[in-house]
Order: sequence, then C-alpha cells, then structure tokens
Amino acid sequence: MKNVRFDRRTALAGSALAVWSLAQSQSGSDAANQPERDEIWDLHTHLSGVPGKTPVERAGQLLEYADRLHIDRLCIYMGMPWSREPKPDDLKRENDQILEVLARYPDRFLGFAYVSGAHPEASLAEVERLIADGPMVGIKLWIDRHCREEAFDPLIERVAALKAAIFQHTWFRTPGSPDPTPPGESTPDDLVALARRHPQVPLICGHTGGTWELGIRAVRSTPTISIDLAGSDPTAGIVEMAVRELGAERIIYGSDAGGRSFASQLAKVYSADLPTRERRLVLAGNLRRMLAPILQSKGMRV
Amino acid sequence: MESLVDVNVYLSRWPFRRLPDDDTPELVARLKAHGIEQAWAGSFDALLHRDVGGVNLRLADECRRHGAGRLLPIGAVNPRLPDWEEDVRRCDEEYRMPGLRLHPNYHGYKLDDPAVERLFDIAVERKLIVQIAVTMEDDRTQHPLVQVPHVDCQPLVEHAGRRPELRLLLLNAFRSLRVDQLEKLADVPNIAFDVAMLEGLGGISRLAKVVGIKRVLLGSYAPFFALESALLKLDESPLAGFERVAGGGGNARALLKR
Repeated sequence: MKNVRFDRRTALAGSALAVWSLAQSQSGSDAANQPERDEIWDLHTHLSGVPGKTPVERAGQLLEYADRLHIDRLCIYMGMPWSREPKPDDLKRENDQILEVLARYPDRFLGFAYVSGAHPEASLAEVERLIADGPMVGIKLWIDRHCREEAFDPLIERVAALKAAIFQHTWFRTPGSPDPTPPGESTPDDLVALARRHPQVPLICGHTGGTWELGIRAVRSTPTISIDLAGSDPTAGIVEMAVRELGAERIIYGSDAGGRSFASQLAKVYSADLPTRERRLVLAGNLRRMLAPILQSKGMRV
Repeated sequence: MESLVDVNVYLSRWPFRRLPDDDTPELVARLKAHGIEQAWAGSFDALLHRDVGGVNLRLADECRRHGAGRLLPIGAVNPRLPDWEEDVRRCDEEYRMPGLRLHPNYHGYKLDDPAVERLFDIAVERKLIVQIAVTMEDDRTQHPLVQVPHVDCQPLVEHAGRRPELRLLLLNAFRSLRVDQLEKLADVPNIAFDVAMLEGLGGISRLAKVVGIKRVLLGSYAPFFALESALLKLDESPLAGFERVAGGGGNARALLKR
C-alpha cells in the first residue's frame, strides 16, 4: 500500500467516506480538480434476497442500502422468485416485475430484459416489447443455455442494433466443487466464442467467470468483452490483475445485491491502488459510455 | 471516533497467489490508514506447514518487528500433530498470545474429535480465546488439487454449551452458514462471529438481530479479502451508535478482557 497519508480520514474511521477518502489519497495528484465524490453506477442488482413483498418494496429497500454507500444508479434484472430454466411465461412475468420498478423509480434504476437462448423467438419478442418499445436498456442471459450456441445469434444481432447492453452470466467452477455447474451455465470461453461470431458487439462477462484469475485470461484477447466485478467474494487483487491484463476501460463495477452486499463488492474497487481516472471508469464511466447511446436515444438521463 | 479492532487478519503468504498486502508492513499501513488500532493476526503458513512451532515463532516475531503495536498474534494449533499441547504452551507462556486459531478442515479433523475436547479444556484452563476458521475460500474457486470442505460447526453447540468459560469466535462462517439458519449456534452465548463473509444487504444488522450485537465482531480476513469490505459493512447496516462501537471494536476488547 503506497502513499498512505493521515488526515480527516482517521477521524472517520470505518465510514464509507473514509474508505473513499483513502482511495482518493492513494490516487495522487490526478485527484485535483475532480468532483468531490465518485459517481457510482452498479451494473448488477436483483430483487432476489431483498426484503419486501412486492417488486417495488424490494426496489425501495435496495435503494435504501445503495444510498448508504452513495450508489447513484442501479441496473436491475430478473424477478421474484426467479427461474433457472425459464419458460417464456416466466421471462415475461419477471420482466413485468422490473417494469413496475422502473415505473416507480425511473431516475435510479436501469432495466435489463431477462431473456434466454433456449427461447429465441420469445426472447426476441421480449426485446421488442421491453427495449425497442419500452424503457429497458440491456439484456441479461443466465444459466439455461451455453451462449456459444448459434441459437443466440439473432438475439445478439437485434440487441446490438438497438445499442442495448448484453450481459452474460459466466462461471469457471473448480471440477468437483460441491456447488456443481448447472448444465447450461456458460463460461468465459463460451462468451469468447460468441464474441468471435459478433466481433463488433460489446459484451459483458458476468462475474468475470467467478474464478477471476481464469476469467480475466479467457477474455484478455477479445477486446469487445468487458468484465463485471459482481457476485464473488471480495478477494483482494481482482481489480489490480484486471487493470494490468485488460486495462481499466474494460472493467465495470457491479454488486449482485441483494445476494451480495454493496459493501463487499465496492471494496474490490476501493481497495485497489488506482489513479482517480481509472477508479472512476470502473465505478461508473465505462458503464455510462456503454449505455450512453441507448439512453440518449430514449431521452433518458446519461 | 470508534476504536476499531479487526479480529481476522493473516500474515505471510496465501499458498495459491500473491496478495496485495501480504508483506506485513503494507498490511499494517492499511490498517493504520483506516484507523484500525488492533488486528488479531494468524498465519497462512499454518494451513499446510507441519512445523507449527516454527509458524508461531515467526508469527510472534513478525508482529513484534513490523506490527507497530497493532498486531496481536494468534497462534496456530493442529491437534492432529504429535505433542500439539506444547504448541499451546508456547503460544500462551512464551509468546503471550491471547488466543489460538484452528483450521480443522485444512488439518483434517472434525470438531467432534476427542482431541478437540482436550484442546478446548486446555484453552479454558489457560484462558485462551479459540478462533475457528470455518472457510478460507469459495469452494467453487479452489485449486483443483486442494479442495477443502467447510468446517461443520454444529458440534460446537455441545462443546461450548458444556464450557461456558470457553470463548469461541467463528471466522469466515457465513459462506457455509446462513444468518437465518444458525439455529442452535445462535443460542450458545459464548460463541461469537466475525463479519468477513457476511453477504446480502445490511448483514451486520441482520446478524445482530439473530445473535445480539455483543456477539458480532469486525473481521476483515485481510489481506485475502479487501480490508475495506468489513469497514463498508459498518456503513451499509443501519447501526445505532452503540452498536457501531460494539461491533467495530468494543466487543473484541471485551472478549480479550474476560
């Protein structure tokens, strides 16, 4: 740990502001002339695991905790309860719940449509309903079909034409793990295969493959793939390795709340010894850049 | 200002990768920068080394030389090793350590092993805190040749229940245990928990509702985990001032004094 200084931080020990302030001091002189506080956009939140009976109640709870850690905007996808192998009706039901959240909190949440490569026609219909004709700005692909399959291609092409974000959950699980790999769960290698068929389309590698030392390496040579920091333990060093191997422009903060804590996931970024510019790219800048075209086309705040 | 105590840090090298603060002075600098006045330190060497006497000697020396008064060494004991009782004696009498840190899963025993009963009795006699590291790593990401299960903590209900003077502290418990499914562990007042692997929203508040704030201790699991994770959890939970003081350091200090 370099350049540690002691000032008002120590009087704020243990507070989010103190953690932020320390990160700021580590950033050196480039912190000068920057806004007082980092803007934070969270790429990855859900209704699952959050207290509350309705989607709107749960979203309100998410915001209550997000506000405590100064998180400005939250991407949200999938409903309650969620479906690991969704039928078309499940996709619609869960997406409708997210629409309720977006209607209540349009300035805070950004909705991604839950779609599935197992149901390409129904998914395309959801993309038209929710993104082309609705308020959503991205898609979420989960664990029911490997994304390297060609069945995904029409979906990817349509979503890319709408300039919406494409998020694919990925994991590299250690063989023999007591938490076994779901049959349709994609790895970062699957996402690279998809990217090679769509070389102009930006893609997001959810969870950085979980085993991030492998995930970062897997996507390294595919510059259209960005990584999502969410949903793994707050292991120190993930951001440092990612910046070294991918560059800060390909790293996006996300939490996976409510299954995860905003605190544990933000710590991955705040613990890293990054210049202010790079930290701010990770916390908000890269996601804002990715979503700016579709936000502008919908007249939404960027 | 809170007086922060971190009950869960490690020195030396994690066997499977270098960590940003795995040189002691760097870890101490980060602790100091965040206002953590005291950190209870074990050693990663304890996981796989058989010469536990050497591990504890180096740990005590490292804390003394580089700890700047902030590192409190917590010795390792493996009750599967010959003459492990001598390791306990040295931790207590020679190094003046306030406690022991056990890694039953890495050392290949269960908590219902008779040697554990003996170890707990000695800990009570010597007034030593016993920390149990329940998990070291997400089992989905472990090295394929070293897949170590979580520790089954249920035998502690009986052990701790029969020894009310035993001071037990579970570290990294909440990957295998759920806060809302602690069941009988929640009923045993001399078992406390650190927050390193608490996940979900407002984890400290949720845990405090189940076991009471006095049994919740700040533990970061640095440098394996980002130290800032535990600190930010204090902010994420809506804690009253006294709860923040207790969870941040007061409970750890009280545990030491008993």
